[in-house]
Amino acid sequence: MRSLARLINVFLSLSLFFGLVLGSLGLLGELKAARSDDSPVDPPMVTTGEASTAEGAITEVVSNPESPMESPMESPTELSPAVLESLASSKVADRDVAIQALGRDDSDLAGVLLEGLLKGRLYLDRPSGALYLGETSNLALTWPNNGPLKPANPRKVAVNNRQRETIESLLGTRSLRDPDPKVRRAVSRALIGAPLTNSSLIQEFLSQETDAETKDNLKIILALGTLKDPNQNPAAKLTAINDLSGLYAPAATDDLKALAQGSDPSLATAAAQALRRLEAKAQHLALAETIFFGLSLGSVLVLIAIGLAITFGVMGVINMAHGEMAMLGAYTVWGLQTLWPQSPGLALIMALPAAFLVSGLVGGAIEMTIIRPLYQRPLETLLATFGLSLILQQAVRKGVSSMNVAVVTPAFMSGQWRLTANLSVTQGRVLIFFFCLLVFALVYLVLRKTRLGLEIRAVTQNRGMARALGVPSRRVDTLTFALGSGVAGVSGVALSQLTNVGPNLGQDYIVDSFMVVVFGGVGNLWGTLVGGLIIGLANKFLEPINGAMLAKITIMVGVILFIQRNPLGLFPQRGRVASF
Amino acid sequence: MKSNFAHRMILALLVALCLSLSVPMMAQEAPKSPDTIKVGILHSLSGTMAISETTLKDVLLMLIAEQNQKGGLLGKQLEAVVVDPASDWPMFAEKARDLLTRDKVAVVFGCWTSVSRKSVLPVFEELNGLLFYPVQYEGQESSKNVIYTGAAPNQQAIPAVDYLLGEGVKRFVLVGTDYVFPRTANKIVEAYLLKNGVAQEDIITYYTPFSHSDWQSIVADIKRIGGSGRKTAVISTINGDANVPFYKELAAQNISASSIPVMAFSVGEEELSGVDSKPLVGHLAAWNYFQSVDKPENSEFIVKWKEYIKDPKRVTNDPMEASYIGFNLWVKAVEKAKTTDVDAVLKALVGLSTPNLTGGVAKVLPNHHLTKPVLIGEIEDNGQFQVVWSTEGEVEGDAWSDFLPESADLISDWTPPINCGNYNEKTKTCLGAEKPAEEKK
Amino acid sequence: MRVIDRSFGIFTLAMAIPTFTIIGGSWGSDPLVSPFTVGLLGKYLCYAILALSIDLVWGYMGVLSLGHGAFFALGGYAFGMYLMRQIGGQGVYGDAVLPDFMVFIGWETLPWHWRGSEMFPVALGLVILAPGALALIFGWTAFRSRVSGVYFSIMSQALTYALMLAFYLNNLGFGGNNGFTDFKTILGVDVRSTFMVAALFGVSALLLWLAVLAARFLVASRLGLAMVAIRDNEERARFAGYKVENVKVAVFTFSAILAGLGGALYAPQAGIINPSVFAPVFSIEMVVCVALGGRGTMYGAILGAFLVSFAKSRLSTAAPDLWPFFLGALFILVTIFGQGGVLRWLKSLVGLFKSSRSSGAKGGYDPA
Repeated sequence: MRSLARLINVFLSLSLFFGLVLGSLGLLGELKAARSDDSPVDPPMVTTGEASTAEGAITEVVSNPESPMESPMESPTELSPAVLESLASSKVADRDVAIQALGRDDSDLAGVLLEGLLKGRLYLDRPSGALYLGETSNLALTWPNNGPLKPANPRKVAVNNRQRETIESLLGTRSLRDPDPKVRRAVSRALIGAPLTNSSLIQEFLSQETDAETKDNLKIILALGTLKDPNQNPAAKLTAINDLSGLYAPAATDDLKALAQGSDPSLATAAAQALRRLEAKAQHLALAETIFFGLSLGSVLVLIAIGLAITFGVMGVINMAHGEMAMLGAYTVWGLQTLWPQSPGLALIMALPAAFLVSGLVGGAIEMTIIRPLYQRPLETLLATFGLSLILQQAVRKGVSSMNVAVVTPAFMSGQWRLTANLSVTQGRVLIFFFCLLVFALVYLVLRKTRLGLEIRAVTQNRGMARALGVPSRRVDTLTFALGSGVAGVSGVALSQLTNVGPNLGQDYIVDSFMVVVFGGVGNLWGTLVGGLIIGLANKFLEPINGAMLAKITIMVGVILFIQRNPLGLFPQRGRVASF
Repeated sequence: MKSNFAHRMILALLVALCLSLSVPMMAQEAPKSPDTIKVGILHSLSGTMAISETTLKDVLLMLIAEQNQKGGLLGKQLEAVVVDPASDWPMFAEKARDLLTRDKVAVVFGCWTSVSRKSVLPVFEELNGLLFYPVQYEGQESSKNVIYTGAAPNQQAIPAVDYLLGEGVKRFVLVGTDYVFPRTANKIVEAYLLKNGVAQEDIITYYTPFSHSDWQSIVADIKRIGGSGRKTAVISTINGDANVPFYKELAAQNISASSIPVMAFSVGEEELSGVDSKPLVGHLAAWNYFQSVDKPENSEFIVKWKEYIKDPKRVTNDPMEASYIGFNLWVKAVEKAKTTDVDAVLKALVGLSTPNLTGGVAKVLPNHHLTKPVLIGEIEDNGQFQVVWSTEGEVEGDAWSDFLPESADLISDWTPPINCGNYNEKTKTCLGAEKPAEEKK
Repeated sequence: MRVIDRSFGIFTLAMAIPTFTIIGGSWGSDPLVSPFTVGLLGKYLCYAILALSIDLVWGYMGVLSLGHGAFFALGGYAFGMYLMRQIGGQGVYGDAVLPDFMVFIGWETLPWHWRGSEMFPVALGLVILAPGALALIFGWTAFRSRVSGVYFSIMSQALTYALMLAFYLNNLGFGGNNGFTDFKTILGVDVRSTFMVAALFGVSALLLWLAVLAARFLVASRLGLAMVAIRDNEERARFAGYKVENVKVAVFTFSAILAGLGGALYAPQAGIINPSVFAPVFSIEMVVCVALGGRGTMYGAILGAFLVSFAKSRLSTAAPDLWPFFLGALFILVTIFGQGGVLRWLKSLVGLFKSSRSSGAKGGYDPA
């Protein structure tokens, strides 16, 4: 009995450890993200603290601490009735006019209104003509001061994509006045490629700018404007191309291409030269990106396969319901986020130990009921667990929903990290990569350094002898299977951030994860790690060459051929499995 | 061999179970109840497509219950026959045959994927059944026995491209799952773009496997292509499952709708309910219906739906509207024909119209397609779409695309004297005319 | 083991009586057996052939193939090519040579691998060659390097998965996801006519019977002894001088051809062949059929295929929401409690009533 208590203890403390370590990792990520210069200021504008991700740097930047949202409307200035009327119009073109008018207006109020338009938070009260900011349930009077505090019939002032782009550009240009160089840097970076609304203003900013990167960015913006402008003469364009030398401006590619094929010979040569430089640099960046993508894809594969490396690799059980264990983990995230809608990030972190427990317990139960009678017939575990996976999928369909459920991506999992000026990587993917290494290390430590691990290895190598020496082999089996399933659950937590959370989640990964384990060598954790990363990298290097479809087929065929030559995988290992 | 009593009892039980399973198989005819009109529902309730199709089953059950409350049809109650083809394409054909021969249903509402429709098509033509197909599809087809209540490509793709061109987009990245709908839609879009002066090198196409989940490379490519100066948009024909990881990757790589908008043909309110839509604000979709359309008939439908499904958070979408239109059309046609006989109902259907949920009218055309409005919506942060553009009136569905060389001369007209699904206007012949249907006469 | 014994006699009767009854009953204006049922049973017979081919390698040789669906599908596609060509000018675009989907992807001439597919003998040859060649190559490379046990199972699963992805490609010229549908005629006879439906059913039944006969010959031969020896202890068989690899390759190829023939009959009866037949899940389901019926018994595999298909067809209509629960539970219960499968229970059930006069297993395979 004492040994059982000890084993359970290991199990519980392991799950707690998972939670603590990963929690701190996640928080670390959040802090770093806040400090990294891509998101220079914590977005105060986003009232509920929800993730604002794809809206990019500008939207975050304009909501700097000086944003009037923080100190509401002290001096709303004039707003011409014409502007108001065009805002209220149902025609898109009329709203274009209003936006341009607001853009010309230097006042704080215009900024606030543009900001509200951009975020879809600006409401117009038809009867009174007053403007409000906020959400339907909570609207704050913005203009005029003497308007009714409660709107009678508020309607959202809608903008479309093109208008959003214009507003971003207008607001961005405003923010170039910001005293914080980091803000200016981010704004100027985001303005590259956006329509140039006011070149003389940019020129003015450039002459006053002190920060090197911002200066470069402004130069690029101006040069791009010149290159695009059909009214500019060749000499000006040549100057623009020269201005760009030494800078990396992929946004100029198309214009340079056009010029390189143009009629002006000196301009064409200069453009062709600039283009070559640009493409050489782009190739290097693409290579770095591909390596990152490959590692990331590999880490996802490894993460799902680790659990299988335990149940299949160490125990020899072919668990076709392995994918469903990951699915349970992903649904755990959804469950916790539904419980705590206010803090999706915390829910995600807490889901790690929770998913480990949920999937681990289910796994343990499966072992005791379904797997145990079948140890003498390992191939038949496949059949029983296949039936189980049918049941689990349909249970989720009936119990939760046949549709996918929405899992929120918290702030620390979204956005990008800038490694160099021109190379950014996805924050969530980086975290998942390190998370994968961490899980791998933990599982490795458990198997190598703990009493449980010792017993697992003993039972694997020689069950009879282990039992004779007093190892409770049945309990060890249960706990091993629970550990493998628990790790699968944890991988489901990671998957919930990347893909669908739905009844089909497990099915999509089951073949891949078996391939990883077999490719790496059954019974060898290192093999799973290296195998998964190799498959990921190979996939991503093949994809640009022959497309996503053929890349996947090539990998499959490649692995099959490899196994035909090396039947025991990359790192062969003898064990219970090797003998059947 | 062990053979104790308990073991044998288990065996006996299992054998009994197996036998009891096979007994219903032996029964040739389902019990007949002459007082009802049977309505077949052929949507997957398990397997990969259950995600989308289960909802349509529920909508139809709701509509049938409602019709029965109103007193049924021709003085009889409607009886729903629900089967599960389990996202298994041969099973679709099997179940269709089952519904038509064993249950003798008057009409079938069903199918979602192209391949499921292709699978049941010969069955419906052979047994002269009637199928209402509720999903936007690739066109290039018109069957006497099918009413296409979803959009044909000219009711979705072409207006969407027009909208993007109007927004100043100069370069198009076409991303799709490698199957027939994206292939056709992209071919049509490409032909249309070339006609409108977009250069060939400004149309870039990517195809991916089903359930593709790692979009890093393609999204990075899109970012690179979109970031090289010319205004770029993505036209996405990505199939169901693969959409969520695609949008998550877009968000992760900071691609905003204002820099590179994505116009989707297969993403609606239901798909968005499986994803956090805040990072996707501004991306586009083209449909014939959005839940957000503010019309009384739509509000009424939404209220009824939420009440029926007992979930105030459930959404409505375009294929649901198509099912609604299809059901109402069938009811009207049966009332007009005063019988459920397929030929009579088909005759009554052409020219019939019923209000849609967006304030317009859906009319059945001689080619068995409908008139539909085309709406372009932008994703909002609550998972709904804000309509930013719509056609003036309804667009007539065109079975055979005018933009593809192989079908430019083809039309479909199921009224006399043509009576043909693939009639060549130049040669004045009905292609594949030696079809058994004609031969028999 | 004798090839023709009492069990085979019972099997022959059990096949012949219903087959002739059904074929006889499917004629006339108000047939006793509807064409729907005939077609459905014909489809089940094809599944049974596939299950039998799996049982041959798994039950008698201990090689669990999780990719036998690939051979089945290849046979189906090979015959499907013939069926597509038979449509001729009846396609929607009215092209006399190209199938619709080729017109659709813009091809102007028939690709090389479709040459000759309009001829029935060529189609038959392809039905045997395509799965046979694949099995020969795959089996040869795999068994030569002694890929066995679980590794072989996973590799065969990867094989069928890779093929599924490949057949999804529209540019491969096999119709992509939509595959082949809307078949019209075989040898000039309408596939939907009562005659053709009955004929296909009859041919399927005949093929199954022949397959069982051939398999029994095989098992009873010296090769069969080697198979069982390999199953029971591969190392010992090798040391005893058996060319283990050659035996495995030969039987595996034979089994794949059998599966391919089943597939060829399946395509016209199902009315569609598309890449989903390559899906790993389909192969696993067929393996489950074998286990459910009882492996290493041949009749068990056939019984299992019928039971599972019956259950799927009926339950998905009777309980559309809940049937995966029943099916899943059935798989689990059978695997855990039903060692030896349904066939063995039937035997012991018969034994229960016949008291314990005849005890002990006769031949066959005792998995315990």
